Amino acid sequence: MTDPWVWELAQVFYCGRVARVDRRTMVVWCPDWPIIAAALLDGLSMSDPIAVLHANRVVVCSAAARAEGVRRGLRKRDAQARCPELVVIGHDPARDARAFEPVVMAVEQLVAGVVVLRPGVCAFAARGPARFYGHEEAAAEHIVEQIAVECGVEAQIGIADGAFAALLAARAGKVVAPSGTAAFLDGLPVSTLDRPELTDLLWRLGIRTLGAYARLPRSEVMARFGLDAALAQRLAAGEDDRPLAVRRPPPDLEVEERFDEPIERVDVAAFAARALAERLHERLTGYGLACTRLAIVAVTADGQELYRVWRHDGVLTATAIADRTRWQLEGWLTNRRLASGIIALRLAPEGLLSQVGLQPGLWGEAGAQRERAHRALHRTQGILGPEGSLTAVLGGGRAHGPRATLVPWGDERVPNLPEGPWPGRMPPPSPARILPRESVSVSVVDDRGRPVGVDARLRLSGEPARVVLNDRSTLDVEGWAGPWPVEEHWWGERAARLVRLQTLLSDGRAMILALSEGEWAIDAEFD
Amino acid sequence: MAEGRVELSALVKRASELSPQVAGRGDDRMLPVTPPLRELFPDGGLRRGSTVAVMPGSSPGSTSLMLALLAAASQAGSWVAIAGVPDLGALAAHEMGIALDRMALIPRPGVSFDRVVATLLDGFDIVVAAPTGVVPAAGVRAQLASRARQHGSVLVPFGPLAWDGADITLRTEGSVWHGLGWGRGRLRTRELTVVARGKGAASRPRRATLWLPHAPDDLATAPARPKLSLVS
Repeated sequence: MTDPWVWELAQVFYCGRVARVDRRTMVVWCPDWPIIAAALLDGLSMSDPIAVLHANRVVVCSAAARAEGVRRGLRKRDAQARCPELVVIGHDPARDARAFEPVVMAVEQLVAGVVVLRPGVCAFAARGPARFYGHEEAAAEHIVEQIAVECGVEAQIGIADGAFAALLAARAGKVVAPSGTAAFLDGLPVSTLDRPELTDLLWRLGIRTLGAYARLPRSEVMARFGLDAALAQRLAAGEDDRPLAVRRPPPDLEVEERFDEPIERVDVAAFAARALAERLHERLTGYGLACTRLAIVAVTADGQELYRVWRHDGVLTATAIADRTRWQLEGWLTNRRLASGIIALRLAPEGLLSQVGLQPGLWGEAGAQRERAHRALHRTQGILGPEGSLTAVLGGGRAHGPRATLVPWGDERVPNLPEGPWPGRMPPPSPARILPRESVSVSVVDDRGRPVGVDARLRLSGEPARVVLNDRSTLDVEGWAGPWPVEEHWWGERAARLVRLQTLLSDGRAMILALSEGEWAIDAEFD
Repeated sequence: MAEGRVELSALVKRASELSPQVAGRGDDRMLPVTPPLRELFPDGGLRRGSTVAVMPGSSPGSTSLMLALLAAASQAGSWVAIAGVPDLGALAAHEMGIALDRMALIPRPGVSFDRVVATLLDGFDIVVAAPTGVVPAAGVRAQLASRARQHGSVLVPFGPLAWDGADITLRTEGSVWHGLGWGRGRLRTRELTVVARGKGAASRPRRATLWLPHAPDDLATAPARPKLSLVS
């Protein structure tokens, strides 16, 4: 892949030597695309006044909003003053791109080599469709109709030499004759170059149209204003030589196996899983990819479709894929009591990433050790099941226990709670033993033997002096600190209202005692 | 002349005091341990293939001692596995310096304890094995020890059950917490006394004191807060 910058440099300096390519370009332009995208994905009505805002300024607005006087660049308050019923939505390039994908696919059904210039605009070489449909206008009509039928979206098409002129032609809804591009551009304002600083400068120099700019001496524009201005001048002169960077359709990575005899036995399923896993792995490595999620789909003889996604930290070997598929099939075959056997099995990799970062170390050392450990754990998982071997990931949370999430070895390492400010968090050092909830209940009494409790504001009712363990032995408290009150999720099901104390007992043990719903318990021990 | 002899005696060292490199032992046969624990081991570190048991002694603190034993090796890139400790605080392991992405936890090996530990010894540099209920029979213990020797890993039997046949057994003999007052302060650091007994070169009991999680350099004996007095 040539760096486009290098290519453009070559275009500027050696344009005479570059072979002239056919530059006829067709551009499909969907006006006000962010509005349409929001309407399609968020279910808004196109006839409402809608404005898309970025950094408190209107970026695009719908026709209804324009009729009320809303313009590009207005501040939110001004826009709402002009049109009080204005629906304001945030600028979201990802949403625009997502909504544009069906349009691109509809165009791709008719023509090859579609390039998405930005969400709402795509381009392709005009020569192919023009020859197929007879002439350019007929091709344009077909494509506009295809988009309207497939996606229900209105589009305009422009044809000219080069993508820049073709986009301007699409905005004007024109087909520019093969040699008329320079003349078409001649009268257009310099602001169409979409380079605000350069436009401003040219305006102050008295250069108002693309034609006037194109007629400036080339070498002096380059010397005075730099490379970008020189490129803009070539665009203004209608000499847009940049080849279209053609979008390559994503490779199909799914693998599927159909069985003549429905599978009902686990060992047969395991055998099928292995073959399929090897095919998927081969295909992935062929593209130099690794996947972080593996979707397993099984279709049963009576048409039921079972689907489950497995997460993984990225080192999916063929064995790992096979194991996960086998575990899943075992689960389906033994637990769900399927009415009929499995007739088709499909593996789809999701969350693809390029494998570069996952290769073993240069000298093999770190990689070899990692391999050894992975193999050993794999066998352990074979003995105890996937949930038997765990690894810990640090996340957020207030107590010491929830801050480390235990995930099965080989799964994606994602903590339960995100990192972030957690006011009221217990200070380090952390206890080495986290006792399970509903664990060891104790009673805590003050020096007169009254049980220690808390009031409505989670303040202690007395100083803890003695702790009675559940084996009836009583230990004196030698030191304590706290309370650390926690009142979490009072609005939901995980509501927790408790206080924690750090306590040092007379036998030398330090522990965290928690009081919740009137019951003291040993939360964790600093063993 | 007398001064000269003093200087000379300072220069002369016993063979056991020589660092492994000087003594000509391959560095690759040793896993590092944190400096205060070094004097507990005749080789100054965890010798690959050895069995080092960690047991609670007369004071609490054995879990922290076990984590402290793994920390230096884990930081140097070793992989560690901990089998049979379901209530281990992973956050404490992290604070102790263990790399969590190179630590595997097998909380409940259950009846497959022997097989699981044997499998782990194939792939991990240090395997902590805490038997639940009963200690494996002498034959199984010997098999596991020889497996560790064969693969160059370190087996660390852990827990209150005595594991006969360990090269070295570490016990906690004293634990003093600092930083916690009566209703104020917080647990900051602990002074842990460890005694090592073993066979062969390690038969003489050795004693070491370590501060967990760190030495009390920043532990100012918390100044008593000035009493508040009523202002009229």
